[in-house]
Amino acid sequence: MGKTLLQKVWDLHTVRQLPSGQTQLFIGLHLIHEVTTPQAFDELRARGWKVARPDRTFATTDHIIPTKSRQRPFLDVMAEDMLASLERNVRDFGIRFAGLDDDRQGIVHVVGPELGLTQPGMTIACGDSHTSTHGAFGAVAFGIGTSQVRDVLATQCLAMEPMKVRRIRVTGNLAKGVYAKDVVLTIIQRLGVRGGTGYAYEYAGDAIERMSMDERMTICNMSIEGGARVGYVNPDETTFEYMKGRPFAPAGDAFERAMTWWRSIASDRDASFDDDVEIRAEELTPVVTWGVNPGQSIGIDERVPAPDGAGSDKQAVTDALDYMGLRPGQAIAGMKVDVAFIGSCTNSRLSDLREAARIVRGHHVAPHVKALVVPGSVSVSRAAEQEGIAEIFRAAGFEWRGAGCSMCLGMNPDKLEGNQVCAASSNRNFKGRQGSPTGRTLLMSPAMVAAAALAGEVTDVRKVVN
Amino acid sequence: MRKITGVSGRGVPLRGNDIDTDRIMPARFLRAITFDGLEKHVFEDDRKGGGAHPFNRHPFDVSSFQGASVLVVNANFGCGSSREHAPQGLQRWGIGAIVGESFAEIFFGNSVMIGLPCVTASPEDVRKLQDVIEREPATAITLDLAAGTLDAGELRVKVSMPPKAREALVSGAWDTTSLLLDRYEEVDTASNRLPYVAGF
Repeated sequence: MGKTLLQKVWDLHTVRQLPSGQTQLFIGLHLIHEVTTPQAFDELRARGWKVARPDRTFATTDHIIPTKSRQRPFLDVMAEDMLASLERNVRDFGIRFAGLDDDRQGIVHVVGPELGLTQPGMTIACGDSHTSTHGAFGAVAFGIGTSQVRDVLATQCLAMEPMKVRRIRVTGNLAKGVYAKDVVLTIIQRLGVRGGTGYAYEYAGDAIERMSMDERMTICNMSIEGGARVGYVNPDETTFEYMKGRPFAPAGDAFERAMTWWRSIASDRDASFDDDVEIRAEELTPVVTWGVNPGQSIGIDERVPAPDGAGSDKQAVTDALDYMGLRPGQAIAGMKVDVAFIGSCTNSRLSDLREAARIVRGHHVAPHVKALVVPGSVSVSRAAEQEGIAEIFRAAGFEWRGAGCSMCLGMNPDKLEGNQVCAASSNRNFKGRQGSPTGRTLLMSPAMVAAAALAGEVTDVRKVVN
Repeated sequence: MRKITGVSGRGVPLRGNDIDTDRIMPARFLRAITFDGLEKHVFEDDRKGGGAHPFNRHPFDVSSFQGASVLVVNANFGCGSSREHAPQGLQRWGIGAIVGESFAEIFFGNSVMIGLPCVTASPEDVRKLQDVIEREPATAITLDLAAGTLDAGELRVKVSMPPKAREALVSGAWDTTSLLLDRYEEVDTASNRLPYVAGF
């Protein structure tokens, strides 16, 4: 019987079984940022511990930074405090840091892959639930809380319990205007926001195999929105091609040897899965969320549900429609939007911006819409400037911002106001997620956000994309 | 570490599935370098909204639930963001144990890390518990982790927790850092087997 990638990586990283019965798992890469680490460093200091493996730790800053101006000190004294604290911690503990004035700065889940820190076969942890993103490379990557950050800092290990594996095969071809984001939103809609609890999701099938690394990252990124802490794709030639020449990737002969090992950790042909699901790509249309969790979504040409047809979900549907200001059975196309946000660790990479720019080129944002593009990293931003993409957005009336988490979450100056409706390429439509307690989020692909920004309302990108 | 074998006190019911950590602790309160004072902001935005709760206000604002130590929730509690600020806030507010139909994985792990047990019960038992507490907020509740039972007045329900996590709490072995540091030479042995650590 063959093994899955998860089993192989898990076994290779197992140090021992702890007396509690949990597995002591070695962590190959620990990514850290300003929000979930200060308390962990405080505990290290209090207990007199060092960072066990600073060479396997990398820091950047993303959540709290303003995207309009990087002027220090920040106007928000608490944000300034947090960044200053991270700067002190990386200095005191000898950790590599892509800080605010570093060319490598950006959203931690954009930066890790870009620099080649993220590699196949690694275990990767970060105090952020979207760490599952790195699974796109065939790593076992997952989010942790601050106490676990303390454990990784102090020991480079975690006490973990094994996971089951569900294979999700996406087969066939996606239609024009249907993207990786629509695939993952469909998966979450079909399997539910709790469906993945206890599972790692292995994304497979010919549609996934044809996807670029950026697309695979979008899919793995949102695994956690389906309840799965880990999501991964087996490494292949696309992965290796992406890795080549990255600053922290092996080079020369070492790269050849690395490829041999990377191939060996992919799931075996005869591996068995705890569950197996197929999604047929042809069936998919552009998806939009209408509710207050990422599973509450419909196709662009569908209508929002009515509580009466929702069975045991009746209360949840009533509550969500009420919050979103939607009538039961209302079409989602045509819903007016106030804000359009292209960014976040889900969809802020160069290929996302290219595709959105293709739709925006030569048009203008609707007069009532505030539209912003927030590249995922300094490197993405520079490439977009060079290619002329940034100028396309600016000419169309989008604000072009500096790299950071921005309006995905309410931790920096980019926030919704009142009950604004935001077409967003981010990952969560929870109540209050975008910084206003009554703000409303519609999740969709970056191309769909671009189309909504131009039309001033939710619109079918298939009508405008060629 | 302290052995956590159970919790006694009163309960607070919070109905609804998929309550995410953004709702438990809105992101703006993560802008700090300590966990101090988080108890003041638990469910802050939900509480402002009042809403469709039995007492027409959020349970955390109902006077008879003040001082409660057992939170009773429904399915997938704590989904979304990995912020430990959510269980930290609940614990600092006074919650010593959470009973629910199910928990999101990262939230569950974070809670155990700080000695906050999360136990599951059947949907029917959870509803019964919520009913009892709403009817009689003063009901004495006793959670016995080792026995896997929860008593709420006359009502006894079976509760469970993954055995390893439960064992860690009951035996006081939930200080994972010390466990992981013990026999640390084995970590070097194991990591040096990895080609990306040893060098390709």
